[in-house]
Amino acid sequence: MRVMAQIAMVMNLDKCIGCHTCSVTCKQTWTNRSGVEYAWFNNVETRPGQGYPRRYEDQERWRGGWELDRRGRLRPRGGGRLRRLAGIFANPDLPGIDDYYEPWTYDYRTLTEAPLGEEPPVARPVSALTGAPADVSWGPNWDDDLGGAPGNEDLDPMAVRMRERVGRGIAYEFERSFMFYLPRICEHCLNPSCVASCPSGAMYKRVEDGIVLVDQDGCRGWRMCVSGCPYKKVYFNHRTGKAEKCTFCYPRIEAGEPTICSETCVGRLRYLGVLLYDADRVAEAASVPEEKDLYPAQLDLFLDPGDPGVAAAAERSGIGREWIEAARRSPVRDLIVRHRVALPLHPEYRTMPMVWYVPPLSPVVEAVAESGHDGEDAGNLFGAIDALRIPVDYLAELFTAGDPAPVEAALRRLAAMRSHMRSVNLGEDPDPEVPAAAGMDAAQVRDLYRLLALAKYEERYVIPTAGVGTAHDLESIATSCSLDTDGGPGMGGPGGAPLKPGATDLLTWSGDRPEGLFPPRRGGEGRSAR
Amino acid sequence: MTDPIDLLLWGAAPYVSLAVLAGGLVWRYRHDRFGWTSRSTQLYESRLLRVGSPLFHLGLLLVAGGHVLGLAVPKALTELAGVDEHTYHLVSLGMGTVAGLLTAAGLAVLLYRRLTVPRVRRATTLDDRLVYPVLGLVLLLGLTATIVDNGIGGGYDYRETVAPWLRHLFLLDPRPELMAGVPLDFRLHVLLAMVLFALVPFSRLVHAFSAPVHYLFRPYLVYRRRAPEVLGTRAQPRGWAP
Repeated sequence: MRVMAQIAMVMNLDKCIGCHTCSVTCKQTWTNRSGVEYAWFNNVETRPGQGYPRRYEDQERWRGGWELDRRGRLRPRGGGRLRRLAGIFANPDLPGIDDYYEPWTYDYRTLTEAPLGEEPPVARPVSALTGAPADVSWGPNWDDDLGGAPGNEDLDPMAVRMRERVGRGIAYEFERSFMFYLPRICEHCLNPSCVASCPSGAMYKRVEDGIVLVDQDGCRGWRMCVSGCPYKKVYFNHRTGKAEKCTFCYPRIEAGEPTICSETCVGRLRYLGVLLYDADRVAEAASVPEEKDLYPAQLDLFLDPGDPGVAAAAERSGIGREWIEAARRSPVRDLIVRHRVALPLHPEYRTMPMVWYVPPLSPVVEAVAESGHDGEDAGNLFGAIDALRIPVDYLAELFTAGDPAPVEAALRRLAAMRSHMRSVNLGEDPDPEVPAAAGMDAAQVRDLYRLLALAKYEERYVIPTAGVGTAHDLESIATSCSLDTDGGPGMGGPGGAPLKPGATDLLTWSGDRPEGLFPPRRGGEGRSAR
Repeated sequence: MTDPIDLLLWGAAPYVSLAVLAGGLVWRYRHDRFGWTSRSTQLYESRLLRVGSPLFHLGLLLVAGGHVLGLAVPKALTELAGVDEHTYHLVSLGMGTVAGLLTAAGLAVLLYRRLTVPRVRRATTLDDRLVYPVLGLVLLLGLTATIVDNGIGGGYDYRETVAPWLRHLFLLDPRPELMAGVPLDFRLHVLLAMVLFALVPFSRLVHAFSAPVHYLFRPYLVYRRRAPEVLGTRAQPRGWAP
């Protein structure tokens, strides 16, 4: 057993209102540069829908993720090492910029420089790639909110697959449509196929926290990672010629702060925490033959940090006590392992993704309420989950490789929680049968309610700092008196971080020539110009 | 006594070119690893690239292999192996023409793409503008030397002049006089190749030196530790260090 720690995320889809705040703050933080205009490390897509880039889930076309070869061993779907190198001069599976969208800006200069005239000047869109006037006909979230709209039947690869699998498609009729939002970031997989595809070895999974990163000095622009990632969450910076991807905001995580998308999420639907897993069994779990067994196989990888044996093994692999303690309090572990309400996105890609989702109960509640019944009555909800196969089957295509049972079970727990807590809030006597029908007890329901509904900041984000031993250096102001620094305000110098000895802070420089600015004169004494 | 111009061109220039190549590579690796990339434009346009790029690169690999065979292997060695001059000539002419034409066709497609696809054209940098003409000329001159001198002209045995000249360069025993009587297109080809080598470290051509052969021998997954010294240390504020 080789214990490794992973910072993981869970998103509660019931609470996502599709406001795109996460996407915007992420963009402002990481990709507001030329070359990555089209890169959305975080995007929010409407489902059913094509997603971003268009139809990225169609792996027959893009060949991302892993597959099993004839002997049952894992192999990148785009081909093994030789196939990759053979395709290095022109990657056959690379999406073009038009599969994303042609980035554009506006000719703002006209607004201020147009000559005086009858008509107010207009800033026309211009392509960020060519500078020519652009005819904007597609963009990020062009199909926002068009989830169940007719005419989109064949655009969502998952809806098409569901129709093939269960023989029944989504009804693209206004009255019977359903939709929800799916925020997506890099999955920081346990078995990342982007890392496996990188010929340069520039992509890596960090040992300490499992974050998958691109070494910008090592990347040579072979762009195999872009096609290797089935979630299409590695982007090619077309100005620098290097790959870039979601960093899980590692500088914030190292300091114990949540990622920027989590921090700014107005729905407070994101959870961050540590999971311990057995790295030695990852390949075995990722190569189970049946796709539907991949979700249970991945669950089986997670270790119980409460088990003294696991804790001891974790310490032996160099995981600090703070991390083990954080793993015990991890909200992510609670949602994934204890309550079993969170599910992985597309386990069938065999990458063992680590951003999981609580499936939305709202399409079901809506349907019940619209039919004139009580949408929070447990009996109605349980019945509807069974009867309303379409949302369940569609969710199963996203989260469990088509197996409806785990989705149903998760939705039943959410329904039981709603029903139980409504009884409590109305002062009724809660029916113990309701949680029991979902395999829970009242205490567990209250726990889940606290985590999902109250969602306190410090309970949503349990992030150990990168090195408590070095916390003093991390933030010197927090752990020592800022006046104590050498040459600090108390000493008549600037505050904040100490300067190198002999260095001068340009902000407070008085104009004097500091000692040592010029070398000493040959033969004579050092010139001092004080 | 060798002509001073010959001495300069065939005795000194090759060493300057190689020194710039080697020194430039070291400099680029130490100071600009971030800029070391193939700077692919496949994101902009894929259809033409998928024809031109493999054609050019694979052709170029063949061309490079042919140069190694023709220049590094002494004539005596091939004759010892039982390959007489006539057979060698036919093989070198045939293979050289095919490889050269493949490469030239690939480069033609790529240049057409670069000029006509607006997105690609816009992404062309200064070093591209310098490198593409030199690369194209070297290729065309080499192709001319092969087809005109070696084919139509009846055959020029560069293994008596150019090849020993090159080998002697690497033995640090330059023999510029060997190049004095070589046909003009051969000499221009060699001269421009020296310019091209000197340009390699400063252009996108550096990506040739990072061919990812080690990919074949490494495990799929790469794990790395965080560099301990990076953690949480604040950048020093700007100021004078004595």
